[in-house]
Order: sequence, then C-alpha cells, then structure tokens
Amino acid sequence: MSAHSTKTVSHHLATRARWHPLEILFWLGAFSTIWLLPGKHLILTEIVILGLFALSLDLILGYAGIISLGHAAFFGFGAYVAGLLGKYEIIGEPFLALIVSGLAASALGFVSSFLVLRGSDLTRLMVTLGVALVLRELANRYSDITGGADGLQGIVINPLFGQFRFDMFGHTSFYYSLGVLFVLFLLARRIVNSPFGLSLRAVKGNPLRASAIGISVNRRLVAVYTLAAGYAGIAGALLTQTQAFASLAYFDFDRSADLLLVLIIGGTGYLYGGLIGAVIFKVMQDYLSTLTPQYWPFWIGLLLVVIVLVGRERMTNWTAPIRSFIDRLDWRMRAARE
Amino acid sequence: MPLALETVSLQRRFGGIVATNDVSLKVEKGARHALIGPNGAGKTTIINLLTGVLRPTSGRVLLEGEDITAVKAHRRVELGLARTFQINQLFADLTPLETIGLAVSERLGFGNDWWRLVGSKGEVIDEVVHILDQFGLADVMDARTAVLPYGKQRLLEIALAIACKPRVLLLDEPAAGVPEHERHDILAAVAALPKDVTVLLIEHDMDLVFSFADRISVLVNGALFVEGKPAEVARDPRVKAVYLGEAADA
Repeated sequence: MSAHSTKTVSHHLATRARWHPLEILFWLGAFSTIWLLPGKHLILTEIVILGLFALSLDLILGYAGIISLGHAAFFGFGAYVAGLLGKYEIIGEPFLALIVSGLAASALGFVSSFLVLRGSDLTRLMVTLGVALVLRELANRYSDITGGADGLQGIVINPLFGQFRFDMFGHTSFYYSLGVLFVLFLLARRIVNSPFGLSLRAVKGNPLRASAIGISVNRRLVAVYTLAAGYAGIAGALLTQTQAFASLAYFDFDRSADLLLVLIIGGTGYLYGGLIGAVIFKVMQDYLSTLTPQYWPFWIGLLLVVIVLVGRERMTNWTAPIRSFIDRLDWRMRAARE
Repeated sequence: MPLALETVSLQRRFGGIVATNDVSLKVEKGARHALIGPNGAGKTTIINLLTGVLRPTSGRVLLEGEDITAVKAHRRVELGLARTFQINQLFADLTPLETIGLAVSERLGFGNDWWRLVGSKGEVIDEVVHILDQFGLADVMDARTAVLPYGKQRLLEIALAIACKPRVLLLDEPAAGVPEHERHDILAAVAALPKDVTVLLIEHDMDLVFSFADRISVLVNGALFVEGKPAEVARDPRVKAVYLGEAADA
C-alpha cells in the first residue's frame, strides 16, 4: 500500500507554484509606489519596461537555456510596430496597438526561432546578434517609413481606452506599464509552473533525455522563443507609447548586453530576477550617472566582475544563499506554527 | 513468435570505421534478449540506431513490423520504444517526483498544457505514485536528483523509462557502476519488469546476463557473431575465444 495519497503528492508536485509571502510583499511594494513615489513615476516606468524586457529574456535563458545577445531585435521591432501604428493612425487605441505589436514580435520570434535552434550556445549568440543587426539596418534603410537615424517622430498616442490621457509626469504611463507587467508576469508564472514549463526545465537540463522520454525538444524551444519574443515586443511597444518616440538605438547591441547584465544581477530561472535586476540596474545607473556622468559604466562593470567572482560556479548562483536562507526561515516559521 | 524489434542489414559508418556491420537482429515479443560483446563491439551504437539518436548509413529498423528507420527519436517513444542509458541521463535540478510526473504527463498527452498547473491531473499523479513506489523512490521523491545516492539515480533511470510505458525496453548496462550493497535493488527492479514488456539488455556483467536472458546475441567488431539460448552461447567455443582473447589482451 502506498504511503502517499494522490492528494499529498499532487500538493508536493505543485510546491513551486504556490505563492510565497515574499512574492505578495514584492507586488504590494511595487503597487504602493503609485502612492508613495508619485514624483518618480517617469523613472519607475522605465524600470517596469526594463523589468518586463528582462522577464522575457529570463523565459528563454532561465527556463529553456537559450542564450541570446540580440533580444533587442524583438524589443525594437515591437517598438517600431507600435510607433508606426500610432503615427499612421492605423490603430488608435494604445492597448489594442500594444497587443498587435506583441503579436507581430511573436511572429518574428517564431520565424527566427528556426535559426536559433541550430547549433550550440556560440552559434546562438551570433545568430541572435545577427538578427538584431539586420533589423536595425532595415529600419535605417527604409527611412521614409521609419525616420531612419532621426528616429520615428510624430507618433500620436491617443488616450488609453479613450479615457486616460498620457500626462507629462508619467502617471498614466506608469499605471499602464505596471498593469501590463503584472498581467504578463501572472501569465508567465502560470506557464513556468505548468507541465509545459516543467518540460522546458527538462529540455534545458538534458535535451538528450528529454527527447528519450518523448518530448519534442525543438517544438518546445520554438514555442517558448515565440512567447518570449512577444513579451519583448510588448516591452518595446510600451516604451514607444510612453515616450511617443522610437529610435534605432532600441535595436542596439548595448541594449541586449545591458539586458543580460540585468538578469545576471537579479539571477535567472525564478522570474523575479529580471524585475529585481531592473530595479538595481536603473537605480544604480540613475544614481551613478548624477555622481559621475561620464564614468558610471565603470561601476556597473565592477559590480558585474564582483558578482561573477562571488557566483563562482554559475553566474546566477549568487542569489542561492539568500534564497536558501529564506527557505530555512520559512521552514522554521512553519515549524513554529505547527 | 511475432517480432517486437527487428533490424535488417543495419549498417553505420563513422568515416572509415564500420561501427555496425550488416546487423540483422530479431527480438521476439515478450523476450528477455541480451546483447553482449567485448568493449568496442558497437553495442551502444546499435542502441543509438534503434532509438533514433543516430541514423543508419544503410539498413532498416522495424518496431512491431513497422518501419521506423526515418522516425525521430521522440516519436519512437510514443510508438512504444524506450531506453535507459549506460551513463545516467537524468534531470539534475528536478526531483524524482517531477521527473516521473513529466514523463507520465508527456505520454498521456498533457505535455504541451501551459494553462494547467503541474499536479492538477489525478490520473497522472496516480501513475506517478505507483511508479515511485514500485522502484522504491517514494522516500526521496522531493530531493533534487543531483544529490541522490548513485543507486537511487540508477533506479530512477529505469523508472523513467518505465514511465513511458514502453512495449519494447532497451536497458543499457543497468547495473553499471553500482556499488555492491546497492546492486541487489537494481537486479530486483530488472527482474520485476512487467512480463509483457520486451526487453533488450545490453550488458557486460555475465551473471546478470545469464540469470536474466532467455536469448543471447554476441556482437564482435560491429557484426553479429553468435546467437542462441544462454546454454548454447555459454558452450560455444568461439564465444569463449572472444572473451578469453579479450581477457588475455587486458
């Protein structure tokens, strides 16, 4: 006779899916800035967008093991689609335009995923980088549509849902971005804790065995790459809509590289890494660039070196001691209650 | 007897080397068939050809009479062909519970479900509990696979293949590297495999082969050398020569 009932085992299996009190605290903190930091909504909007962008990279890097140096391709593509939809007044409603931009970026992700499937990590770095460069030059070349090196100007962003005008203090932008981030986070959280998400972790851990138990490795990778591209596209579209501007810099290598930095700071594979990394990165950038306008990347570089040295085995490892401390604390609290 | 697994003139070259040379192997339904041979005889290459990890240079692979030579590795699992690995190929960061759960939900067709939480399908859980109990893994089901004792990892290796509910199972040296005191568990698990599952065992350990197999094929230099009942193979002077020759070289 089995020592475990179906119910307890099912409970065990879903351990990772349960909400941790710290997660609730995190989101309460995030939403409280609406009232607590009204003067900071402009930079907070940037943080939210960077966080969403990093969350997108975490989906492929942290959960499927696909490393990318060209994730800005989808960010920039989403940004330009949103910009063009606004400029030529094809879709006036910002939220609808946001969704369309995300779908467009997804479609691009789907197509380019077949290139990314080929080869090893190094190949992937080059292919992803290449796709971003190609898109940037396309946007540069067709300047009559995209504005070229001057950027996409004259974008008209209508009030959100026909009600809420985007104001110069960034209040509407912030509510809008934070709401989008929260919804997309919930969706991502659901997906990574689903059978599909579990299979992604298996594919990342051991593709040979994954296929030996009947998982179509390539299809799963295509699916998650398409999803992540959509997330990145929505992040780009949010930036365009909140700034009423898009530029070629959105495709830049720097942007992809910064994104990896954000994830390294925050850690990969638990979804919050990108969000926490974005907060730390932006706050540091903001603080350091007022302190030393020219040399702030020096400090970011130093931080990176320190993290990698401390992280030893894996670059993402440095959050592990903190997490295991939290786990122990959690365990004690539960033991004390019982 | 109908055949569960068959190869027809199977050949595989790596450059100038013929790793598998004109192998026509027949495994009967329900058989306990062992494939033995000295080191470098090409046993693992045959496993890789059978499971679709490698493509043959020429020849065919048939599963229950159906030609699967062009079928991809993950599709062969769906068709009822599963394997274990000589060197553990497990998911280090997953627990045994997650590992088995993954294989079961994959087989039952829930593997693509992204809207459902893991553990929400009772039919999956029931099977997972059954398999974990069967292989003595219930007590470690929440531990990370990477930290399990080697013997438990070896059991998980077999359990994971069984979770795919194969009709034909390829066991690649199941007892390889297992310390003496944990060996018994592995042998018991192998002996307790369901009778309706056809097993092709690739093994070095002659005690295990002769206690388990009802038919033995000997592979030498990539080609089938001798095939027969265990007693016949044991008596065969050519087989003795091959093994003694190897022992003399070593």
